[in-house]
Amino acid sequence: MDSTFAVDAPALPRSSQGVPDSSPTQRQLLDAAGVNRCLDEIAEAIYERWKDEEKLALVGVYRRGVPFAEALGARLIAKGLQIELGKIDITQYRDDLHSFTVLPKLEGSEIDFDLDDAVVILCDEVVYTARTSRAALEELLGFGRPRMVQIAALVDRAGRELPFTADFAGLKVDLPKEDRVRVRFAAMDGRDEVFVTAWHNKTA
Amino acid sequence: MTPRKDLLDIASLTDEEIEFVLANAGPFKDLFKRTVKKVPTLKGKSVLTLFYEPSTRTRSSFEVAASRLSADVIGFDIESSSVVKGESVLDTVETLESMKVDYIIVRHKKSGTPNLIAQNTRASVINAGDGWHAHPTQALLDAFTLREKFKDLRGARVLIVGDIQHSRVARSTSLILRRLGMNVAYLSPGSMMPREIPQEIAQFGNWDDALAWRPDVVYLLRVQSERMDEPFFPSAAEYHRNYGLTDARVDIIRERGLWLMHPGPVNRGVEITDRGMNYEKSLINQQVENGIAVRMSVLYWLKPGAEG
Repeated sequence: MDSTFAVDAPALPRSSQGVPDSSPTQRQLLDAAGVNRCLDEIAEAIYERWKDEEKLALVGVYRRGVPFAEALGARLIAKGLQIELGKIDITQYRDDLHSFTVLPKLEGSEIDFDLDDAVVILCDEVVYTARTSRAALEELLGFGRPRMVQIAALVDRAGRELPFTADFAGLKVDLPKEDRVRVRFAAMDGRDEVFVTAWHNKTA
Repeated sequence: MTPRKDLLDIASLTDEEIEFVLANAGPFKDLFKRTVKKVPTLKGKSVLTLFYEPSTRTRSSFEVAASRLSADVIGFDIESSSVVKGESVLDTVETLESMKVDYIIVRHKKSGTPNLIAQNTRASVINAGDGWHAHPTQALLDAFTLREKFKDLRGARVLIVGDIQHSRVARSTSLILRRLGMNVAYLSPGSMMPREIPQEIAQFGNWDDALAWRPDVVYLLRVQSERMDEPFFPSAAEYHRNYGLTDARVDIIRERGLWLMHPGPVNRGVEITDRGMNYEKSLINQQVENGIAVRMSVLYWLKPGAEG
């Protein structure tokens, strides 16, 4: 994939606690055109792999995996595929839930189709340590027995702590661990963008 | 939302905390429709039920809730425990503290016992009913059940019928429903009506006046002979005739399309009849199902060792 390239960036200062999103400590990795190019390429790759599949589902992981799955879904439908859409809330499966000082409100997962024997693409905007992928997979399997599960990531970031692979990936990056990769989607945030900021919020 | 250590009553909850618990109960209820009705939220945690009063549904509701959150559930059987040998509540709690349980669900005939236990343990304590004082998870499940039926609770009317004086359910449930904007009225024999009632709560002594108030929901309380020192009415038959939901009154509430609730277990032939139990707008079974979801939501929110 020609959007696959490594970004070699210095660590950002860690002093950005409480700094609003427009902070100068942010650095853009993809603009709107770049995000849409990645979405097109991922959708095309999914299409090539699964165009003959009868039960194909895209399941977004809360929160931004949901608009990510919807953006891919719209492209696949435009190519003539029939797909199911679902949502996964992984809060209950987080391995760090007990250390939270603020509990998230539950969104609730929505899998309103028959999961058995379906091919499911779990959509997560950034796959990094893969702890989210692990949690999402466990939650998903509570709904039934899919024939196959694959993972799509808009950003595939190096640094796995668990043995998961992004089967479909847009941008591939390798960044210092102080950096946090964040994604905005037009449907949720008003614009499409991938940027790097500093970590300051443990629950996010 | 910041986690809290204990749930002891409704009065100490903020509006935001009530909203948080009710909102999260929805996703927990959705879980019941799945093939795997279980999430790992409390994996490795232990939940102990400490019931000094008999209970079937509240206790099993908590046990099912805790199991669905993957907690280990331990029932502390009072009948066969040292309590009958004279061990005090605090000695028992000290023993439980050494066992490192994370959550203690307690029911006791004496008001304030859960507070006392909560002050003496790191574990999260949930009041599952103490004397005439409070039954907060019942109140939360009642509110959740009504929110499923009413788009907006504000202005809707609930008539609570029965032994108000001895009922922790009446206390906790009327408090939460009023905080959510409902209008509450009591229908009770004079001997069972508490002396001090908030001014906003209308009081009725007979069904005709109470129904003229035009309630949307009729909430029957259980007649609790075990919590009375002396009988407050001459006979079950007379209570039924004057204050029970007789067959004739079932027909009236059916005609008006009112919702019917009861915290269970019911005394058939006293506060309700077989016809009342089969009433199509009865929410009694939904209260039971929702009770599990709401208790899961409470367990999710509480955190052993948290402040407050």
